[in-house]
Amino acid sequence: MNIQPVSITLQNTEDARPIIEAILADNPAATVSHYPAMVKIDAPGRIAVVADSVTERIGRDWDPQELHLSVITLNGNINEDDDVFELSWN
Amino acid sequence: MNIEIKSEEYIPRRQTYSHVARRLGEDRPASRYDEGTYDLQATKHFHYRPLWGPQFEIFDPARTAVVMDDWYAFGDPRQFYYATYNINRAAMNAAAERAFEMVEGRNLVARIDADWLAKVRHYLVPLRHYEWGADLNSLRVSDFGYGTRVTSAAIFAAADRLGMAQLLTRIGLILAEMDEAGLDDAKQAWMEAADWQPLRQAVEDTLVIDDWYETFIAQYLALDGIIHPLVYQTFDDAGLEQSALAVSLMSEFMVDWMADNRRWVDALVTVCAKESAANAELISGWYRTWRDRAVTAAIPLAESTLGADGGAAVDKVRAALDERAAGLGLTV
Repeated sequence: MNIQPVSITLQNTEDARPIIEAILADNPAATVSHYPAMVKIDAPGRIAVVADSVTERIGRDWDPQELHLSVITLNGNINEDDDVFELSWN
Repeated sequence: MNIEIKSEEYIPRRQTYSHVARRLGEDRPASRYDEGTYDLQATKHFHYRPLWGPQFEIFDPARTAVVMDDWYAFGDPRQFYYATYNINRAAMNAAAERAFEMVEGRNLVARIDADWLAKVRHYLVPLRHYEWGADLNSLRVSDFGYGTRVTSAAIFAAADRLGMAQLLTRIGLILAEMDEAGLDDAKQAWMEAADWQPLRQAVEDTLVIDDWYETFIAQYLALDGIIHPLVYQTFDDAGLEQSALAVSLMSEFMVDWMADNRRWVDALVTVCAKESAANAELISGWYRTWRDRAVTAAIPLAESTLGADGGAAVDKVRAALDERAAGLGLTV
């Protein structure tokens, strides 16, 4: 069966860099494409942004709401709580 | 008419500084913290040895008995550089300001039981002198420490200590209805009151420690590890029974700071103790010496504040600190 891809595109900034690193570390199936000023991450079926992974990289508590400061666009249904911001298709 | 917007990508020839890239093992974008701390301090080609201490180079790893293969292993888990430090502390300060406004606006000081208020003025306000001693010790670590990762974090800590001394000054004034006598009494207590003398002596002794890493252990692990929890938690809890909510609100900054600063202290001690058995033994020895000094100094203060329960309260704080230190790899 063909799994429908989800994606998230973030600005290529100092703030977004640890988020991108965390996504790539937590989602082994994800592929990354670099464009001028932005970074697009695609994955089959699901992308999870885990708050603890970002927290570990930046050395302070990270709230998944802060993701929106760096997001350019999303593709997928969102499921968000305090610990994880998840994209998938319902 | 059709307008086509073309974008052209310019790929930077370097992603970061060469010395940072060497640290990371590859040329990739580095965090501001890494760029602001890695390998910044001069390590060779010094001209003169300082006239005031010709036995050492101006930056010299031999200024401490601790031996590290890489002095930049002393990372700060909070990743503080100028911007992150200021953003973090500005938020903490805004919260403190709000607490002061509330205490003054609702006149919460008037609700404190009169006997307890006198005790608070005696146990809390003289700590501004303790914080000033801690400020000097932090400056010493920053001055004689080796490697920007530890010295930059130490200078931020020094600013914190000065800030806390200022907060305590404000608390002293508010508790004395804005009468300067509140501060004068505290100074006199620090200089003359029998229950303060062991702590004053311990603080003054830390000011003349030669080895900067010992200064760090004495101040940040031993003295702070006993005095801060005892005053801002144990004494504070006792105060809540005497309607001293105002004191808790105004000193919340110190509680938050301790939790935040502890992450840095724990990381430094863990890295150092893991480096070698000799380091672990050395800093364990310093820890035991200064912990005992801190405990001795805390007991009279705890007894004058909590009465007969004082000794037990200090024992409890000491047990918690020992457990923490053991967790960091020290023998307690």
